[in-house]
Amino acid sequence: MTIDALSGVLLIPALSAGLLAALPGYRLTSRLNVLAAFLTFATAVSLFIVEPTSGRYLLVDDLNKVFIVLTTFVAFTTSAFSASYIGHEIEIGRLKLGHVRFYHAMYQVLMFAMNLALVANNIGLMWVAIELATLTTVLMVGIYRTHEALEAAWKYFILGSIGIALALFGTILVYMAAQPVIGEGPDAMVWTILMTRAAQFDPDLLNVAFVFLLLGYGTKVGLAPLHAWLPDAHAEGPTPISAVLSGLLLNVALYALLRFKMLLALNPASIAPGPLMVTMGLISAVFAAFMLYRRRDIKRMFAYSSIEHMGIIVFAFGMGGPLANFAGLLHMTMHSLTKSAIFFAVGHIAQVKGTQKIADISGLTVTHPVLGWGLVLGVVAIAGLPPMGIFMSEFLVVSSTFARAPFLVVILVIAILVALGGLFIKLNTIAFGEPRGSTAPVEASYVPMFAHLAIVFAAGIYMPPALVTGFQNVARLLG
Amino acid sequence: MQGLTFDIAHMLAGSLVLVSFMQLYQDRLSALLNMFALHAFVLAASVAWQAYAQDAPHLYITALIALVFKAIIIPLALRRIVIRLGIHREIENVFGVGLAMLLGIGLVALSMVVMLRVTSGADPLAREDLAFALSVVLLGLLMMVTRRNAVSQVVGFMSLENGLVLAATGAKGMPLVVEISIAFSVLIAFIVIGIFLFRIRERFDTVDVQAMDRFRGEKR
Repeated sequence: MTIDALSGVLLIPALSAGLLAALPGYRLTSRLNVLAAFLTFATAVSLFIVEPTSGRYLLVDDLNKVFIVLTTFVAFTTSAFSASYIGHEIEIGRLKLGHVRFYHAMYQVLMFAMNLALVANNIGLMWVAIELATLTTVLMVGIYRTHEALEAAWKYFILGSIGIALALFGTILVYMAAQPVIGEGPDAMVWTILMTRAAQFDPDLLNVAFVFLLLGYGTKVGLAPLHAWLPDAHAEGPTPISAVLSGLLLNVALYALLRFKMLLALNPASIAPGPLMVTMGLISAVFAAFMLYRRRDIKRMFAYSSIEHMGIIVFAFGMGGPLANFAGLLHMTMHSLTKSAIFFAVGHIAQVKGTQKIADISGLTVTHPVLGWGLVLGVVAIAGLPPMGIFMSEFLVVSSTFARAPFLVVILVIAILVALGGLFIKLNTIAFGEPRGSTAPVEASYVPMFAHLAIVFAAGIYMPPALVTGFQNVARLLG
Repeated sequence: MQGLTFDIAHMLAGSLVLVSFMQLYQDRLSALLNMFALHAFVLAASVAWQAYAQDAPHLYITALIALVFKAIIIPLALRRIVIRLGIHREIENVFGVGLAMLLGIGLVALSMVVMLRVTSGADPLAREDLAFALSVVLLGLLMMVTRRNAVSQVVGFMSLENGLVLAATGAKGMPLVVEISIAFSVLIAFIVIGIFLFRIRERFDTVDVQAMDRFRGEKR
């Protein structure tokens, strides 16, 4: 394997994971963690300048470049947030130094696994990477060792493993379909080769394979009714991990699903994967929107909001076509940025108030104006109000699919509105209610949060033409 | 590939499904662990036979891993954990045994219908294997659903993974990368499980200690 930007996004996290596991203390390592994440991000950006050639094992094209840059960027900002978050957790004694060493190493292993899943040119390798990402997040969710955290981690582990197992069965079936055409051996698992010969595969096998892959990777995307792990894992783990889970890991699983969708699209005799995805996406969006009303835990609430948005994204990709794909891609990017910004705010809020219960957090704009208004901005963005970027992308999703499936889109719009109502009812008490709880000043770095919100705001006002053409290329690729 | 070779492969894969059924109705944890060891043993035999039949020597490694790791080490380790936790008492089934068996039969029928229909063009051995493998996977899932105890859920998950290994070896010439990764993932999974069980026990202990403290407080 040659050393280029493509292997760089794998090598940097892998090496820093080893380094961070060896170093004691937390001040130095949390900075090193930021540095490593930044270097990975810089390497990922360089993919746009000099595009390395795809090899047998690693693959780069327009589709995964977008995912890699988004992943490494959010990973970088999250690591900056994590540095101040972890500092506070150490001070109040919720985490011990040994745990932090483990946490930082695992953070980089997770980056490695996610990047590997995105660049792997082999369906088996991609599966291994997603499994590795799952296992690392399981360990991180359980890091507080409270009863709830262990239970959440256990639930996540069991459901994640079932998902992963179903995905492996689907992967084996894809190999079985490819093997008579391409021949035995590793070639029949390489994406680039699979794509060129997909038209000759046995369509029945591919159909069954896709059902397994949709259920398997769909569990990781958090699609209802396979979402049960998601709220628990978000609520009980450290908040930086909630941000990474919502902002990135769900996307990585979605990426796997999209790749297989592209494969099926090349085989004319196989079923259209779109309707399946549309159905699951719609169910998730509607279900999660209604679930928002009964939430008492602030992180759990935003976890349900993630399910809703993943539902919208899967709906858009399921509808397909250049415009809907463009909208889905934009929505995915905006959701990643906004949701991680919200979790940054929520992390600091939970730390300063000492609780995640919505009832105990009240009147934030009075007690902590910057955090409070940051959260308000974030919720305004995630609810899809103008002028933020999510309004743009949701508008595009709706307008690009309305002509084709008006009834489905009406359901989607209802879900979006219901979710908006649910979020604002809760936000009203959290931000503007009677001031309650600790008023101690918060030691937080607001930079990551406002950087994300600024990008989302800017995207709602003006999209640079280069970005638009880039997304259009990807949308065309997705078919 | 016809004749005796096929029959033996067929029989071994079929017995794996049978042992899956036997796991379903065990109501004691230690008996369940024995059944899992048997399950892994049958898997090892089946994979070894595939290695011989397909003339694929690397599959012997998979068979060996299944034999040593899954049929011997894991059951022994789990037995120790179970005895230490003092939970080798009865397992609570969510459904009754009869209903679980009926559901199991339904799942096997389902996987036969689905798999045999879609793989009509494929090699007969691979077809049968895949159908059996899906049955084992679904029975493993059923077991995870019907049991509440963490250890028996883990056993359910591992028998599910046995089904996956059966499917992977049935697919002719599936690259070694994946087989190693499967074994590797089982290893990792087990480490994770080990940590979890350790931590859960740690929690149980502290809970016990707190309960004792509270008890003492009331007495005083």
